[in-house]
Amino acid sequence: MIRDITLGQYYPCESTVHRIDPRVKIIATVIYIVAVFIADDFIGIAAAALALTAVTALSRVPVKFIARGIKPIVLILLFTFLLNIFMLRGGEQLFSVGILTVTSGGLKKSFLLAFRLILIIWCSALLTLTTKPITLTDGLEAMLRPLQRFGVPAHDLAMMMTIALRFIPTLVEETDKIMKAQMSRGADFESGNILQRAKRLIPILVPLFISALRIAQDLAMAMESRCYRGGKGRTRLHIMKLKGRDFAAAGATLAFFVIIIAETHIL
Amino acid sequence: MGISVEHLTHIYNPGLPYCKTALDDVSFEIKDGEFVGIIGHTGSGKSTLLQHLNGLLKPSSGRIVVGDCDITDPKTVMRDIRRRIGLVFQYPEYQLFEETVAKDVAYGPLNLGRSEAEAEAAARRAIALVGLDYDTIAERSPFDLSGGQKRRVAIAGVAAMEPEVLILDEPTAGLDPRTHDEMLEVIRKLHCEKGNITILVSHNMDDIAKYCDKVLVMERGKLIMQGTPSEIFSERETLEAIGLALPPINDLIVRLRESGAEIAGDIFDIEEAEEAIYEYLKGKKRV
Repeated sequence: MIRDITLGQYYPCESTVHRIDPRVKIIATVIYIVAVFIADDFIGIAAAALALTAVTALSRVPVKFIARGIKPIVLILLFTFLLNIFMLRGGEQLFSVGILTVTSGGLKKSFLLAFRLILIIWCSALLTLTTKPITLTDGLEAMLRPLQRFGVPAHDLAMMMTIALRFIPTLVEETDKIMKAQMSRGADFESGNILQRAKRLIPILVPLFISALRIAQDLAMAMESRCYRGGKGRTRLHIMKLKGRDFAAAGATLAFFVIIIAETHIL
Repeated sequence: MGISVEHLTHIYNPGLPYCKTALDDVSFEIKDGEFVGIIGHTGSGKSTLLQHLNGLLKPSSGRIVVGDCDITDPKTVMRDIRRRIGLVFQYPEYQLFEETVAKDVAYGPLNLGRSEAEAEAAARRAIALVGLDYDTIAERSPFDLSGGQKRRVAIAGVAAMEPEVLILDEPTAGLDPRTHDEMLEVIRKLHCEKGNITILVSHNMDDIAKYCDKVLVMERGKLIMQGTPSEIFSERETLEAIGLALPPINDLIVRLRESGAEIAGDIFDIEEAEEAIYEYLKGKKRV
């Protein structure tokens, strides 16, 4: 039922990619996305795809899971692809029907764009599949820390994100429990018009809100009784330190970026 | 009406790396009018089993037949099953949502298609059955009640549907000793009044020993023992190996026997124990 929804789709396993420092992974993802946009021909895109295939193989995440990440956007992808075919112009005209005209340049650009989108989603799916949500927010906090000088509350933002992520499964479970309880009291959530259906949500929403408030209060109390008072002077259990493999990963990403740039300029 | 469970298996998240077999080939039968207890460690599959019994979860394989109706058959109408089998979840007071107690208790009967008047009558009966006074409590908000009262109202919400089978998942968790005893009396009363099947999950071995005709012992998704309380509680080693214990009174008697006292018979409550120990001491004095 509702528990089947996968949020924060982390794939638990031990691999080199899983162990790379989250900061390196986040920056590498950004660089990769930029590189994919810089690459302006099929050779560049193919190189990018090859690189990502290598990283995926290294991460030991089954292709099935990445495909699952791409599946929801297939429709959008197809739609933009079709739109682009007819909208983008350039090169010689291949054929035209009424106002719809397809050009060779347009066709090429549409394919490039579609591949780019697939690569971007693949890459970001790989980031979340190989990095625990908590590690990811830790990485973000570390990267935002220099901005604290300018008044960005890096720690508080990261803590909020961590708590939100931590409680998604809890609230999903709570919803599941309440739904089941009301279903055993004969509630029916599937039939009826929109208004009736919305009204039937009340027996779920009221207990859920009460639960959420209770959980929030308990959490606040637990944090306070463990002397939490914001990020100031707080030390960490896991100190993020760049190791050999992190430098190797950063080096590989940079090398990849340089190759893509060189390729676009030379060819 | 009896319940028969045949080779029930349930796997959570099949095919994923975190898949888990929550129920593994569980088979048992419950006869009409029985009071059945289910015991087992946390995570042994008790709750998963209960949710199968009223059709909230579908088994990966196996069959459940209630009366003459196969509830694992996809063609069976779920509402009919839930009318016949009432399930009270753990901490049922967390599902209260209405403005007044009367409306909350009538929610179930109304869902079953009863008229307003019928639902109100059912709510009135159910509230009286759980030992509350309808006229003083009906118009109050369920959120203003004490913990024990909330629990009663929530149980009344299921009892108002007048199910033929009542299943309760740890109905006494988190209650003070007095409310605990009162709650079990309510459950026993519900059972006796209707003569229906009652299934009780509990960690309190005393309650299991005192109230149940039959006990099922779950461990890691498997049904490892079933029998009468005296059969189950004579298997002390097995129970202790899976993290359960004997009821305190049985434990005492077993220890007395181990240290040489000759006390006969099955003893499940304090009065019987007192009598038996007294008899033993009297006999000893005479010798």
